[in-house]
Formats: sequence, structure tokens, C-alpha cells
Amino acid sequence: MSKAAGPISRGVDAVDDWVNQRASVKSFYRQHLSEYWAPKNFNLWYFFGSLSLLVLVNQLLTGIFLTMHYKPDAEHAFASVEYIMRDVEWGWLIRYMHSTGASLFFAVVYLHMFRALMYGSYKKPRELVWILGVAIFLILMAESFMGYVLPWGQMSYWGAQVIISLFGAVPYVGEGLVEWIRGDYFVADATLNRFFALHVVALPMVLVLLVVLHLAALHEVGSNNPDGVDIKAKKDAKGRPLDAVPFHPYYTVKDIFGAGVFLMIAAFIVFFWPEGGGKFLKPDNFVMANPLVTPDHIPPVWYFTPFYAILQAIPDKLLGVITMGVAVLILFFVPWLDRSPVRSLRYRSWVSRVALGIFVVAFVRLGMLGLSQDSSTFELRLWTFVYFAFFILMPVWTSFEKTKPVPERVTS
Amino acid sequence: MSGLIRTLAAAALLVATGPSLAAGGGDLDSAGTNVFDRASLQRGAALFVNYCMGCHSLQYQRYQRLAEDLDLSEAMVDEFLVKGNSELTDYMKSSMPYEESADWFGKAPPDLSLTARSRGPDWIYTFLRSYYLTDTGWNNTVLENPAMPHVLWDLQGTQRALTETVTDEDGNSRTRITSLELDSGGRLSPAEYDRTVRDITAFMEYVAEPAILKRERIGVWVLLFLAVFTFLAYLLYVEYWKDVKK
Repeated sequence: MSKAAGPISRGVDAVDDWVNQRASVKSFYRQHLSEYWAPKNFNLWYFFGSLSLLVLVNQLLTGIFLTMHYKPDAEHAFASVEYIMRDVEWGWLIRYMHSTGASLFFAVVYLHMFRALMYGSYKKPRELVWILGVAIFLILMAESFMGYVLPWGQMSYWGAQVIISLFGAVPYVGEGLVEWIRGDYFVADATLNRFFALHVVALPMVLVLLVVLHLAALHEVGSNNPDGVDIKAKKDAKGRPLDAVPFHPYYTVKDIFGAGVFLMIAAFIVFFWPEGGGKFLKPDNFVMANPLVTPDHIPPVWYFTPFYAILQAIPDKLLGVITMGVAVLILFFVPWLDRSPVRSLRYRSWVSRVALGIFVVAFVRLGMLGLSQDSSTFELRLWTFVYFAFFILMPVWTSFEKTKPVPERVTS
Repeated sequence: MSGLIRTLAAAALLVATGPSLAAGGGDLDSAGTNVFDRASLQRGAALFVNYCMGCHSLQYQRYQRLAEDLDLSEAMVDEFLVKGNSELTDYMKSSMPYEESADWFGKAPPDLSLTARSRGPDWIYTFLRSYYLTDTGWNNTVLENPAMPHVLWDLQGTQRALTETVTDEDGNSRTRITSLELDSGGRLSPAEYDRTVRDITAFMEYVAEPAILKRERIGVWVLLFLAVFTFLAYLLYVEYWKDVKK
């Protein structure tokens, strides 16, 4: 900065110096933004990471404002949500942004995870990035489940009843465990209170911490790319990867454009389709929780239905719960199940493409089956089998398939 | 790119298909309401207050909000709609004592604030048009053996059920209602009665979500803003990347 500058810029310089003598703000900025070298060949699939972060911020901010008016009390919770919808200025907007955000969170996270499967982003040296990501997914499931209970409608109540009772399948301690979770002999005020505490304080902190670690782990090893090429192998004289651009400003401007497109979709839902055809806000949840009236059908929210279908496929309760748990936990092992010498699907054989394609079909189909109450048991089991076969057989086909040579530099 | 489109199509299919979640089931007539028609909402409000609020409350709806949302003056709402000892700023609560009413009717008349969201407008519309008279009293094809009698009967008149006998796969025969027929007309013609029920339904749709009157209007501006924002962001992106993309 010029030394002939006026008092204002001299003041700014002084503050800047003061801060940087005490904390390395500049080196942090360089390391994570202006000199974080990101491959220049990111495609559409690479928007969903930054979009997940955007939705997280939306959930945190709208959540804070909802907390100002919501009452975590079985007597008043339902009415306080209606109070937000009617009497709080812009309350309806805040609430719809939060409820729509929950569904969109899963949409972008699922697409983000699919991207990783497609381009082998979990493979060495990025195993830890993937593991932290799966942990985020797990916490997100708990977070959204507890958030769904808070409006205290019929679906909130009976959904909680169904999910908590799953813990009753644990041998010996099941009953005691269920009571301990509920804090009562049935889902009641105590349950609502603790879910509020977990949803609003505990889990968001864990979530934010995991996101920070996820990003830190990523920035340590660098981003993968659609070709799965190691961009650090080819550097210029200054030590900069030849196929990379600094994250800021290149990917910040690109992600802002992606955020604009995403926000248009989100705004359309919030303003014109907030109930999401009964999938985002269920009709039954506009009836206050009533422990004496069990709804005919208690389907989970759409983003849980694939796993719920896996639970339904198994006749034994304990085995069903274990299978459902394993369906999520198996994701942790993907980096070691994949034995392929190449990362990206682009340089693998048709076997990997077909396998991933069938897996997507199985996942979507399980999601559809989980919504219905009279899905055919055969189909439930078939797709559950396919879901697990994808992971269990992964070491086999990835070891034997013939891969194509990976180029030294990224393409296009 | 095509992979993305295929995946998005699959995701859209996932959201669009699946069983209908409309509560109540059965074949419902389309209500054909227009919640943005203020005259319809005003008529619906008057009908609701006169015919429904004797027993049913709208516990989350304030009278005052009606003036604001339905293009009425507070004086008009106070004079024509506010019941009994209630004030303009009160919630629209029935004067029926809730506990005793359960003894009188077998079931306390439910609050109707959110019925249009839990059951849907089509359900309300069809329900109010599906009462029929039997030897033992009122019945309804949408909600069998309702605790509520047909309170709009003087408007609609009385209907009776036409039945047919069907034999199921096991050889058991049972009677099934095929249609309802107007036995003796009421004060309104069938077309007028349908409009009356449609007005009540539209009003209940509004009460279930008062924000519906403004959210779409605001949404248009938000989308317009985002379209301009996204376009500018796109230009910025192209400008920055033109050196990278060769």
C-alpha cells in the first residue's frame, strides 16, 4: 500500500499489521483461498460441496430466528409454530426456508456423495476427507430427525415413536435404552425438550466442527477432479500445479453463479411449493400430536426412505435395525472396498459404470418403496440385496476390471 | 452432462411418484377454489361465522387479521363477524365449551384452523356436499357416521343414497352407495350450493395458511431478483475464466 496514503488507509494498514503480528490471517487466507490450488476441470458435480455449506448456513441462521419464537413444550410447541406462521413478521418465510432447507440439504449432500463415488474422491490420499463426510451425513440424519419432531404434529410424534422404538431391538438393555432416550414411558414432553436441546445446541456444534475438519482434511491433500489426475505431479517453476487455478477468485465466482441457480430452485419451492407436494411438509403434521390416535401410515420423510425400505425388507426387528445401520456404516469402508488402481469412472471399464448405475437405481427405487406402506416384500429385498451387493462385490470387480490409462494432465 | 440430467430426472421421479398422501382417501371432487378471490373469501368468512363457528373454533386466526387480509375495514369485521363477547383482537374461538361438547356429541367439534392443510380443500368441499339422510339420521359418504349433523341442510336440502348390491370374490353380497340424489331441494339451487361450499372451503384454505395471499406475490420479485443476480454472476464467472478456458 502506498505510503502517501491518507489517514484512513494508514489506519487500516496499522490494524492489518497489528492483527497479522498476532495471528497469521494472511497465511490462512492464502492457504485456503487465494493460494489453494484447485483443479481447473471441475464440472457441474463440484457445485454441491459449496452448496451444502450454503444450506448449512441457511439452516443455522433461520434456526436461530425460529428458536426466538418456538416453545419446546408439548403443550405449546404446535401452537408456537402456528404463531410463527401467522403472527411473527416474516415468520412463515423463515420457517419455510428452514423446512425447505432440510430437504435440500439432503438433496445436495446425496449429489455430493454421488460425485465422490463417480470420481473416486475417497481414494488415497483422501480417505479421511470421505470418513469425515460420512460422519457429517450420520450427524445430519440425527439432526434432521430431531428437528422433524419439534413441530409436534402427528407425524413428528409417531415418527419419533417408531424410530426410538427401534432401539428396543437391542438385546437385554433395549427396553431400558428406549426409556432412557425418551425420558418417559412414552414419547412426551421430556422427549421434546431433549430433542430440542440436541437439535439446537449439541448436534449443530458437532456438525460445524465436522465440516471444519472435512474442509481442513481436504485442503491438506487437495481436491480430486473428474479425471482423478494428481495435479501436484506437474508443477511450474514457481511450484504451482499446472492444471490448477487459485480457489479465489476462480472458484468463488463460479460457486456464486452456482449458488444463484440453486437459490432460484430453493426460492421457487419456498414461495410456490413449500409443502413439496406433501413430501417436505406432510399433511398429517398439521394435526397436533395425539398419543391416543395412531395414524394409518407413518412414512418417514423422503430423504430417509431408502434406509427405511431396507429396514422393512428384513422380517426380524433386530436384524432389520442392524441391516439398516450397516447400510449407512458400510459407507465408511468404501475407500478400502475399492481396489481399483484408478480413481475416476472415466478410466474404468463398463463394469464399474454399470455397477454404479444399478446402485443408483436401487437407491432411488428403495426410496420410492419406503414411502409406500404396501410395497412388495420381494422388491424390497431385491433392491436391498442390490444395495449391499454393490459394496460387498466392489473389491471383486475393481480388482479384475481392465482400466484405461490415466492421462498425465487433466482433460479439457 | 447427460449423466447429470438423467440423475436429476430420476430424483424428480422420486419426488413426483409414490402414493398420494391426501388424507381421507376415496374419490374426492375437485374443490376448484380460488384463494386469491377476495369476494369468495369474504362470503366464506360470513358463512363460516354463521354456520360453523357455533361449534368449531379457528384458534390460530385473529378477527383483526380478516380485515387486513380480506380487504375489509376493522369496523365491518367488528360489526358483522366478531361473535358474542369477543374482541376484534381475539382469536376466532367458538363459544361452545370444549369439555362439555364432547359429552353432548360424543366427540368435541375439532378446531378447523388447519383442516385445509391436513385433509386438503377437496376433502372439505366433497364432505360438505356428501351428506345424505337415512332412516336413523344423517350420514356422509366421505366421513362415515359423522358426529356432526348436516348443518347446511336448509341450504342444500336433503339427499338420499342410491345403492347397488355387489358380490365380492368370496361370494358375499353387500350394498354399496353409487351416488347421492337430491330428494327435496333447499333454499339454494345445486349450483348455488356448490358455490357456497366452495366459498367456505376457500376461506378455510386461507385460514390454514394466511401467508398464501402474499407469498407468491413476493416470490415473483425474489425470483426476478435472483435471475438478475445469477445472470450477473454468470458474466463475472465468464470474465474471470476466459483466460483459463482455452
